[in-house]
Amino acid sequence: MTSHQYDLGQLYQQQSRRVLATLIRLLGDFALAEEAMQEAFAAAVRQWPGEGVPDNPVAWLIRAGHRKGIDQIRRKQTAQHYSYLVATPDDPVVDTDDPSIEDDQLRLLFTCCHPGLSMDARVAMTLREMCGLTTEQVASALLQKPATLAQRIVRAKKKIRDAGIPYEVPDAKQLPERLPGVLQVIYLVFNEGYSRSEGESVVDVSLSAEAIRLAGALTQLLPQGEVFGLLALMLLHDSRRPARQDASGELITLEDQDRTLWNEASIRQGLQSLEHALASTPMGIYTLQASIAAVHARAARAEDTDWARIVRLYDALYRRQPSPVIALNRAAAVAMRDTPADGLALLEQLTSHKEILGYHLFHAARADLHRRAGNRASAISAYQRALALATQGPERRFLERRLKELDSAS
Amino acid sequence: MKYVALVYYQESIINAMTEQEWHDLNQECVAGVERLTSQGNYVTGQPLQPVDTATTVRVRNGELLVTDGPFAETKEQLAGFYLLEARDLNEALQLAGRIPPARFGSIEVRPVRELPPKD
Repeated sequence: MTSHQYDLGQLYQQQSRRVLATLIRLLGDFALAEEAMQEAFAAAVRQWPGEGVPDNPVAWLIRAGHRKGIDQIRRKQTAQHYSYLVATPDDPVVDTDDPSIEDDQLRLLFTCCHPGLSMDARVAMTLREMCGLTTEQVASALLQKPATLAQRIVRAKKKIRDAGIPYEVPDAKQLPERLPGVLQVIYLVFNEGYSRSEGESVVDVSLSAEAIRLAGALTQLLPQGEVFGLLALMLLHDSRRPARQDASGELITLEDQDRTLWNEASIRQGLQSLEHALASTPMGIYTLQASIAAVHARAARAEDTDWARIVRLYDALYRRQPSPVIALNRAAAVAMRDTPADGLALLEQLTSHKEILGYHLFHAARADLHRRAGNRASAISAYQRALALATQGPERRFLERRLKELDSAS
Repeated sequence: MKYVALVYYQESIINAMTEQEWHDLNQECVAGVERLTSQGNYVTGQPLQPVDTATTVRVRNGELLVTDGPFAETKEQLAGFYLLEARDLNEALQLAGRIPPARFGSIEVRPVRELPPKD
């Protein structure tokens, strides 16, 4: 009996999303499917200890959930929006080898990430429905009130139903338009965990891990170049987590990190995923960014970094996505390849973009290059501007530390 | 499902068009309606006269109030509508994306709501 309960807990962890994804398709309604899925697991807790574990537990759970959902529909038959569903056969034969069951998880992901939903709603829906976090977990991970988040999820589900957002994987023609939106949500979840927009701790393990797990699952379901590229990018960034902060939580720059602390397993997996990504052309934005991260990962010491290669990769990235932030990173790489003055000249050109002047990392980059070039006064004023714009505790303390170093150097 | 596609654009863009450009845009819309009709997606639709022809009516305390102009001044003005028959939102969005003014204006897509049957 105990062993059955243990199995079920694990089964719930591993398979509840698969069961849910298929039930949403069979029942046509998120809330109903969620309820039916919970009831199916509850039935398993009651029945399996006596009757034994079925040969195909997932198929059993889907069948049980489907039956319970249909019962529910029959009870609510007056409700208009379910009426078209009641034609479904009583006891469908669920074949878990059926490719549509694998596709159900993709359907769920593409529905949660539909561009008709706000970005906040997409992130919340993905974490709640796809990753299976509770509303409370999602709320705390996103630093929001549970009530706000619950309402956002209810609204998103209402729009999915009322606006007719379909439960489907886009066809080959629409997939190239829709996939970037899904990858963007996953990367946002990763970054939300990797570097907080506000607050003290820079690193929240769980959100980054969820994003990596999600991208890993997506490489199985949709093995496309950019999916591998995104997974590689996240793994390679995540590999630096143990070296990114010192014992007191202070930020350590890439240059000063103890590279022996980098997580070798993550680097290995990241490089492997990058290889898959590079097999498809042309390289997308995630694959290019992962390639840049890979140059760092391959350099045993900061001074071994192949900056010329990094500049070339930023050139390619800028051609795909001409944003001032990419130009900023490129300028920093040029400074490392050539001289700080060359980097500063490129940064000056960027000041025509108004938005970049409000971006703390722009001023931090200028400050860093002035510091390297020995322009103490310019470095100090740029650090001060960066500090005035930075909101995150560890970033602010890093900038303050740099300022103090420059002060004491006088 | 039925969706309404509300077409909005800045009338100033249209006013700045040459005769020929305006003619071509209209012909493109005519061809678009023909295509939607042949695919079975077109229920009805209508372009509208410019917003300076609009009159707004309200009833307050049983009194009919009539004012000149649209109900709200907006950056883009309502220029017409389509009632479309589409499988789901994705198809409706694809169809709306091919309405010519989508290139310089905005198309708002909304599912219709059916009134309940008469008591």
